[in-house]
Amino acid sequence: MSDAIAGEATAAAGDLAAVAASPWALARRRLLRNRVAQTMAGVLALIVVVCLCAPLYAAHVAHTNPFRSNIDGTTIVGGKTVPVMKESTSGLGLGVTPIGPTWDIHHYFLGADGQGRDVAARLLYGGRNSLLIGAAAALITCFFATIIGIVAGFFGGLVDGVLSRALDVIWAFPVYLLAISLSTVLIARGVSIGPFRLESGSLLLPIVIIAVVYIPYVARPIRGEVLSLRRREFVEAAIGLGASTWRVLWSDILPNIVTTAIVFFPLMLAIDMLTEAALSFLSIGVQEPNASWGTIILNGQDLLYTRPAVAIAPGIAIALTVLALNVLGDGVRDALDPRAKLRRTD
Amino acid sequence: MSRVGKMLVLSMLVAIAAVSASSTGATTSGHRGGTMKLLAKAAGGTLDPQVNYTLQYWQLYQATYDGLLAFTKAGGDAAFQVVPDLAESLPTPTNGGKKWVFKLRKGIKFSNGKPVTVDDVVASFRRIFKVKSPTSGGFYGGIVGAKLCLAKPAGCTLKGGVSADAKANTVTVNLVAADPEFKYKLAVPHASILPADAPTSDAGTKPIPGTGAYYFASYNPNKQLVMKRNPYFKEWSKAAQPDGYPDVIQQSFGLTVEAQITAIENGQADWTLEAPPADRLNEMGTKYASQTHVETLTAFWYAPMNTNLAPFNNVKARQAVNYAIDRNALVKIFGGSRLAQPSCQVLPPGFPGHVDYCPYTKNPGTKWSAPDVAKAKLLVQQSGTKGASVTVLSSDDEVNKAVAVYFQSVLNQIGYKASVKPISGNIFFTYVQNTKNKVQINIQQWYQDYPAASDFLNILFGCDSFHPGSDSSINIAGFCDKKIDKQMKHALTTALTDEKAANAEWAKIDKEVTDASPMATLFTPKHIDFLSKRVGNFTFSKQFYWLVDQSWVQ
Repeated sequence: MSDAIAGEATAAAGDLAAVAASPWALARRRLLRNRVAQTMAGVLALIVVVCLCAPLYAAHVAHTNPFRSNIDGTTIVGGKTVPVMKESTSGLGLGVTPIGPTWDIHHYFLGADGQGRDVAARLLYGGRNSLLIGAAAALITCFFATIIGIVAGFFGGLVDGVLSRALDVIWAFPVYLLAISLSTVLIARGVSIGPFRLESGSLLLPIVIIAVVYIPYVARPIRGEVLSLRRREFVEAAIGLGASTWRVLWSDILPNIVTTAIVFFPLMLAIDMLTEAALSFLSIGVQEPNASWGTIILNGQDLLYTRPAVAIAPGIAIALTVLALNVLGDGVRDALDPRAKLRRTD
Repeated sequence: MSRVGKMLVLSMLVAIAAVSASSTGATTSGHRGGTMKLLAKAAGGTLDPQVNYTLQYWQLYQATYDGLLAFTKAGGDAAFQVVPDLAESLPTPTNGGKKWVFKLRKGIKFSNGKPVTVDDVVASFRRIFKVKSPTSGGFYGGIVGAKLCLAKPAGCTLKGGVSADAKANTVTVNLVAADPEFKYKLAVPHASILPADAPTSDAGTKPIPGTGAYYFASYNPNKQLVMKRNPYFKEWSKAAQPDGYPDVIQQSFGLTVEAQITAIENGQADWTLEAPPADRLNEMGTKYASQTHVETLTAFWYAPMNTNLAPFNNVKARQAVNYAIDRNALVKIFGGSRLAQPSCQVLPPGFPGHVDYCPYTKNPGTKWSAPDVAKAKLLVQQSGTKGASVTVLSSDDEVNKAVAVYFQSVLNQIGYKASVKPISGNIFFTYVQNTKNKVQINIQQWYQDYPAASDFLNILFGCDSFHPGSDSSINIAGFCDKKIDKQMKHALTTALTDEKAANAEWAKIDKEVTDASPMATLFTPKHIDFLSKRVGNFTFSKQFYWLVDQSWVQ
């Protein structure tokens, strides 16, 4: 057999395999061919793993409690014991400056904040909280948005009218304004619903607030897609054959919608993390002594002149994570819906 | 030297003196004009001089309002001297120190053009009670008829307490008992003389005409407070109400402290009210040392603990906080040892009645040395309050917020579940005073109203200063110990005849209040004024701090 014939045969076999493979396997194969998305998935995984190691780092490497003020404490730099917060001795002798980055992983690697706390340890703990809030909020948003979108799009009529108007009401407010308003009211006092009580410092509050404000942004496109699916032949055929509503929703609508929800997830995660950072920066997200990347930037704001690293480090962490999530999100979309591909990476 | 020679030298000296005097006058008058630009993070609340109790506006009231008496507008200790202001002279009280007769100066007008009359004076005294001034009980409760006014403010007449004789142009004030501090109380802004037709409720943002060198032209708490020259002002006493240099004084609100410091460095503003953030102090003390003025204060930073609300209704819980806090750390938050000294007691060093005392330290005695966290934890355990939720309130500026976060850390460390609630400085001071807001602990500062121990102990921890449900309840801790209160009243009486003995009594009271721990004293601060390059003639009165209108900008 000549090489040309052999090549054609291999291609034909590949096509046949592609036809035989499930859409999920195809998507996985496309995603694995996307080198940029894979790199960013690696970066994201690394960030997550490092952040999950926060307690180990604080307890066994830096030997610090990142939630306790250590203003009058000392640390070791170059073998010498030095104060964490150093008083000025020049000029009028005014001011106290926290120790800067020592680049020693055991002693204030990224320096101290205004309370004498280890910035590196807080950065890792902050990352855990930021990722947790972002992921949980994105999950809740996608879950409820999918249900609302399917119900509104499939049943139409009054149900659609009520649900769509409810989404419009939320959508009518600028998202940050709504999030800030809810946070200001709820985070200051906490929430009490029947026997359930969420204290003002609970991480569940920012999770719920962020999740709620973004539901319309995901529910609307899903509703549109369900409206279009509802008129497709295979759905009408299923209904005509007497399939129950539940069966049509579960077997015909949901499988065609779930990819959209999956595509939305990493993008929502990135947006939610940015929103959390914004709320925490405004003191209405994660509360002291808890840390998130937003609260660390807030702490660093008071030290921009002397210790800019306190604000810059979480800023870089946020930028890197959001970049990774966005590129990965694009990759997932390209993999699940090649027709909507934005850029060629293979 | 011959007689002619002596005459010649003398005449030359006179000529030189005359020339230098006229040139000084020309120099200072040449500084008249311009706009003094002040900055603050937030407005100071109501503009009513008989209601507002903030240093922010008391500093400005010096140039806008007058009482019958005033503290001397001068630098240093001279500022503690009381001089006649709208009154012609400082009278000697008669009837065993209970009767004060003031003769009103003639020809003084309010900024609306109306002349000041004895009726205005009587109405102003009544108004103190009608507007429920925060010090109506503490300062003026000793006027005959005040008791009734405190009970029914709206119908206050001070019958038998304050009366006017229009013909003689005099006002008579009768006290229930002699009060050695009464002259001081008449020299603070709450005793400002206002037009008789001033509103009988808190004027809020609406400026009330005054008699000072300036008047409040406009006030928008979200934006700016503007003071302009009073067109009807003619200087009657340089010591009481001197003419000012700038034509306009404006205080703008909204910038962060960091931005305020930068604006002053760049010459876009002249002064900030706020305590500078720690990370800018070094820069101010080195690059801008000539523009940075550090002054000692008779003041203290403290954390009042609500003695009527759990967990701090338990004395052991309050003492635990006192033992646990690291005052050195708090000094560092404030800017370092050049700017503050750790303290455990109420009366600041150098103040009448002050005797060094510190029970809340590793080695109890006269000075604070280190926190005793183990003892604090034990006290929390013994008090049965372990695990209680505590919210620390503070004003939302950087330094106060940092102190609150530090407190949260300490409270968590000794067994409480603490959270922090920063509140806008615009409402913080009145919010924490009202018992309805159920404030457990907050971060406060107290700056003397006048140089007497009672101004700290009696005002902040006396039963008369506690008004449940009112925004004007300066005894924020709600501390009312009948025994200590009785001792305070006794010390006030002793001061009439023997100031030294009275101070000894105040020292004992200071110890007792410190032991009862209605507050945690943090430190004695120094004061920083950071001015722009163009500001000249900086004068710091120990009574009311920088005399804004006595500095020039051109």
